[in-house]
Amino acid sequence: MNTLLFLLQKEFLQIFRNKVMLRIIIALPLIQLIILPQAADFEIKNIMIAVVDHDHSIYSQHLVKKITASGYFKLTSMSESYPSAFEEIESDKADLILEIPNGFERNLSRENVQSLFVVVNAINGVKANVGGAYLGRIISEFNQEIRLDWVVPQRVNAFPTIDVRTQNWFNPDMNYDLFMVPGILVFLVSMVGTYMCALNIVKEKEVGTIEQINVTPIRKYQFILGKLIPFLVIGIFVFSVGLFAVARIMYGITPLGSYVLIYSYLFVFLIAVLGVGLLISTYSATQQQAMSLAFFFLMIFILMGGLFTSIDSMPEWAKWITYLNPLAYFIDVMRLVVMKGSGFAQIQYHFYVMIGFAVVLNTWAVLNYKKTS
Amino acid sequence: MKLFFSFIKKEFFHVFRDKKTLLLLFGLPIAQILLFGFALTNEIKNTQIMILDEAKDLASQRVIEKLGQSAHFDIAQEVYTREEIERVFQEGKVKLAVIFPVGFNHDLQHLKTAQIQLIADAADPNTANTLTVYASAIIGEYQQELMPIDAVFMQIQTELHLLYNPELKGATNFVPGVMAMILLLVCVLMTSVSIVKEKEMGTMEVLLVSPFNPLMVIVSKAIPYLVLSIVNLTMILILSVTLLDMPIKGSLGLLYAESILLIITALALGLLISNVTNSQQIAMLVSLMGMLLPTLLFSGFMFPIENMPLILQVISNAVPAKWYYIIVKSIMIKGLGFMSIWKETLILLGMTTFLLVMSLKKFKIRLE
Repeated sequence: MNTLLFLLQKEFLQIFRNKVMLRIIIALPLIQLIILPQAADFEIKNIMIAVVDHDHSIYSQHLVKKITASGYFKLTSMSESYPSAFEEIESDKADLILEIPNGFERNLSRENVQSLFVVVNAINGVKANVGGAYLGRIISEFNQEIRLDWVVPQRVNAFPTIDVRTQNWFNPDMNYDLFMVPGILVFLVSMVGTYMCALNIVKEKEVGTIEQINVTPIRKYQFILGKLIPFLVIGIFVFSVGLFAVARIMYGITPLGSYVLIYSYLFVFLIAVLGVGLLISTYSATQQQAMSLAFFFLMIFILMGGLFTSIDSMPEWAKWITYLNPLAYFIDVMRLVVMKGSGFAQIQYHFYVMIGFAVVLNTWAVLNYKKTS
Repeated sequence: MKLFFSFIKKEFFHVFRDKKTLLLLFGLPIAQILLFGFALTNEIKNTQIMILDEAKDLASQRVIEKLGQSAHFDIAQEVYTREEIERVFQEGKVKLAVIFPVGFNHDLQHLKTAQIQLIADAADPNTANTLTVYASAIIGEYQQELMPIDAVFMQIQTELHLLYNPELKGATNFVPGVMAMILLLVCVLMTSVSIVKEKEMGTMEVLLVSPFNPLMVIVSKAIPYLVLSIVNLTMILILSVTLLDMPIKGSLGLLYAESILLIITALALGLLISNVTNSQQIAMLVSLMGMLLPTLLFSGFMFPIENMPLILQVISNAVPAKWYYIIVKSIMIKGLGFMSIWKETLILLGMTTFLLVMSLKKFKIRLE
């Protein structure tokens, strides 16, 4: 026990001595937490639409007015020819083209059917999909309106209509920060943990001081605990500042669920993530190697963690990778507890998995750490 | 000149001797481009939904059937009370509840109007929004089916054309973005660290007192990474075309030229970082922790830049990956020529010059 205390003292001294480093570890994540959630707004609005109106009729003008009034679309131009509208798609000025053919109004009233042409830039699939769906809805509403103008009321009533009522639970204001801030906080904390832990040990290897430790009677587990605990403390500290100072004061986010639950999960999670760092360090000889490995895993953790893109939409094999990603669980837990007030019963599965991660990763790291090379 | 070449040779030895780093240098980008190319998508499909069917009649069965057939939805479970809905939402798997009130079919047939309630888990506002749009569209289709055929009049049909990406694949959007991220981050990291390492180990002093121009020392350090990155780029392109079916519609030469420009921008940034820091750890922290998320967010492939607050839109202009992402999209997917991207190229060129001048200014021949 005494040995461990001395080791801890040494580690903390080393960490606090390096002022530049300390400032970076704490400031960098917090600054990012303040700025980045505002950039991560994926709501589909401001869809740029270019209209090519060959008809110039009352109907076509009506339709265009309806589209611009909907709030989803911004009219970039009313052009006369398709090629000039297409140029706007090429230069990314427009996302959609609506082409109203000549004789739109006439054909509708005489032949009872008429097509409209919609061209979508589909590089970003969602924007294309959602933009197309919005536009489709507006067009069919417009369709209903012009029918109503024409038809005797009784006949309209003959059509059965379904009234769709929508409710948005847990986040009725559709506030995107509420969704992003807890997730980004998780990522930043794990970044601090994994990097610092991996680099710290490898540095001892590179500088050669690890040899000095290896020849002392310090046990493997003592050495590893000595490295783990300081970063655990730093991780909890950064997380708390993020949760209370940034999330609560800046974004006004207060968790619906219990703090005890969040912190106990954080504790287990940090041990698991630090385990990743330890494991990386036992497999690398130089800081450069450790860093490339950590970079690799963090990229996967962040992109396969459900932070920005939904896990449900991934192919089956990719879902299996997300099952091995500790971040995916914690991001999920944070969102559940913070936004929905889920209790232990609802997230117990997440808990057991994370405990499993923590045990396996750290045992692996201890076994793989060799005192003699 | 001969001296210069021998320096470059030395640097190549350094790089090739460290087999592990080399493996990582090549293995990581390949693994990542494949993983993300196949797995990442902004699309919403197979989302689990729950049904509360209080009506249990023909009409509700038909709507449920239609919902189940859609690729967007996956009917995960049926619930029987409204209290259950909240509990299921709290577990986090199911994102949408569809409720049919008692007498749905009856109301529809006799009162000519009936109600369906959609309750979305708006924890993720985007998904909630998109899901309700999709579900309403499906319900609308059912409503069309109910109309007698002779009643169809003044029908506006919409013909939808999907440009560039008719299958709506995620890869088309993500590959250029991931390419920009990987090239940029790997280069910045590797150059900054390799120079700072010499400082940390003390070998930098040896190099600086040699009769060789100290600037050349730095340049020769960057060259191996330039070469490696070009090899990396080639591999990424081959994989994207063969396995991910990405098109390269524009000129390959232009794509290479622009990519080399980005690599040089990254090298210049790496040099600047290495000139202002003294330890590998700090160099890494700045180039990774400082750059990973901003590059991801501000390049515009994850989140639309036009949605951001104005100040962040301004900041995003300073991220080289943003410009490169626009360039790659234009060349690979849209097949545009240099005339359409000269502005972006000029901006990247300007950034590179600025970074190089800055790092030259900060470059010190003497170490403290």
